[in-house]
Amino acid sequence: MMTQITSVQAAILAINSLALGGLLFLLSSGFSLIFGLMRIPNLMHGSFFMLGAYFGVTLLSWGTNFWLAAVLSGLAVAAIGGVIERLLLRRLEGQVLPQVLLTLGFAFIIADVCLMVWTGDPSQPSAPAELRGAVQAFGMFFPLYRLAILGVAVVIAIALWIMVDWTRLGAMIRAGVDDPPIARVVGIKVSRLFTLIFCLGAALAAFAGVMGAPYLSVYPGLDFEMLPLALIVVILGGSGSLLGTLVGSFLIGFLYNFGQAMFRDLAYVILFLPMLLVLVLRPQGLFGRNVA
Amino acid sequence: MTRKLRYAAIAIALALLATLPMWMGNSYYINIASQFLLFAVFALALNVLVGYAGLVSLGHAGLFAIAGYSGALMLQAGYGHLVADSAALAITLVASAVFAALALRSTGIGFLMITLALGQIVWGVAYRWASLTNGDNGVNVSTRPAPFGLSLTSAPSFYFATLIVFLLAIASMAVFVRSPFGASLRGTRDQARRMNALGYNVWLIRFLAIVFSGFWTGVSGLLFIYYNQFISPQVSALTSSAEVLLMVISGGTATLFGPVAGAAIVVIMKNVVSAYIERWNLVLGVIFVVIITFMPEGLVPGSVRLVRWAWGKLQAKPGAAAAQPSKLPSEERVP
Repeated sequence: MMTQITSVQAAILAINSLALGGLLFLLSSGFSLIFGLMRIPNLMHGSFFMLGAYFGVTLLSWGTNFWLAAVLSGLAVAAIGGVIERLLLRRLEGQVLPQVLLTLGFAFIIADVCLMVWTGDPSQPSAPAELRGAVQAFGMFFPLYRLAILGVAVVIAIALWIMVDWTRLGAMIRAGVDDPPIARVVGIKVSRLFTLIFCLGAALAAFAGVMGAPYLSVYPGLDFEMLPLALIVVILGGSGSLLGTLVGSFLIGFLYNFGQAMFRDLAYVILFLPMLLVLVLRPQGLFGRNVA
Repeated sequence: MTRKLRYAAIAIALALLATLPMWMGNSYYINIASQFLLFAVFALALNVLVGYAGLVSLGHAGLFAIAGYSGALMLQAGYGHLVADSAALAITLVASAVFAALALRSTGIGFLMITLALGQIVWGVAYRWASLTNGDNGVNVSTRPAPFGLSLTSAPSFYFATLIVFLLAIASMAVFVRSPFGASLRGTRDQARRMNALGYNVWLIRFLAIVFSGFWTGVSGLLFIYYNQFISPQVSALTSSAEVLLMVISGGTATLFGPVAGAAIVVIMKNVVSAYIERWNLVLGVIFVVIITFMPEGLVPGSVRLVRWAWGKLQAKPGAAAAQPSKLPSEERVP
């Protein structure tokens, strides 16, 4: 059942793993903000990713610049997420079951609407022209675009870390999450802040979708394939922890690629093993805070 | 009076169900009725968790598929129906215990997310482990069993067999709800900390509830493979878990007959909708959103409330002037 791999294959797999890890971080950091910080079980997160990717496909087919397309599609999905949060999710604060059903309902709606608009055929936009080549190092060729995904993920990780840990906005978010009534008393607009975080999470997912499109391609079902991945990353890393999300993303990235190459039949199952281990040994996640 | 009405309603429903193949005639509709009954068993099983334990599982389609696949694969390997079915149920019980042990590391959102992930693992095995499960092509079940020499190949005979299993399931639910165990389970739902302080083992109660729910889920999974004579990974997908959850909440949770009504609504709607448009998922999603936004207590109680409210508005219009004076004195009485 196990397939042997050579060291050259291993190096290529490692690059792919880093790229997938970066992509997973973009996806899961948004999920971690929404699920980990705001405690909203957002089952639309995979749908945000897929919708973003499809928006990207359309924008790119109109000849938009790749990065502009990624940002625009992020903004569009952020707006959709914001409307759903503001008008519907907001009324269900603290009620888990209704939140789950509402987000699940929208996930189904988005999936079917995407199928209607973009049909069932997979589409794979090409990477931006300047990143189409490969770099040569250690006698091997590494595709430039995959390295670029990694680079973007690192930049966004640093930006998020600075925002949450070092800015006034981050302090307000942390206060709003830890003790909403007191935060309101000192004049923080918690409700507006939460909408902002939700939009940010949705935008990150959609941005990841566009970034991932040239690599993974976009097809129906992508949404429910990505959602569990975001879920295991966050359970693994500990909810609400950016560092945990980062470590979890790369762990899953490596496991996915190497598992795919070595245990083809079981690759998908292997992905869940570290999550199960963490649940048994350390339920709050690798870097999670110990919350009751 | 209401109790008598209730018994009368149950008796009428039973009589209708028992004679259904005689007045339904067309075997297509009899098959839909069998579908409704087997999904009602599934919904009843999930309601043990969602309604009485306050634990929302989004991975129950995984358990359903484990039972179905184990049964189908053993039948394909040449085992008899009795052996295959008992083994499938045993495997499902073990799987439920594993699900329970992992998912009960957490409650609330955590429980839900872990069950979702576990359900996806089952889907992954069913879909990707092609050498075991035949992947996307699924597994065929060539024959239906013939208990006591009675063949179940015709639509009415299979319907009656499903009806018997359904009645057993609902009877076991009635016993379970009234039992001390059922009461303690509701206790863990409403006041987990107090139950713990009273000396109840909250974890064990929840664990047993999940295994009990897993048993009936397994039974419905076996009914499903015999009904369809085929199983594919689609059965274990998140959509299936969501569908059965819709059955539970649309009928009203924590009631004995709510999930049954919900199963009827969803199965009929699915068959009707699928006959006209391909977009069942879209309809499912819209129903979820509408239920949550307009009738959070469930489709059946919610519709009753909305109809009453609309009726009340209609009635109030001509009598509005008469209603006002009666309101004033009561306000004056306030010191």
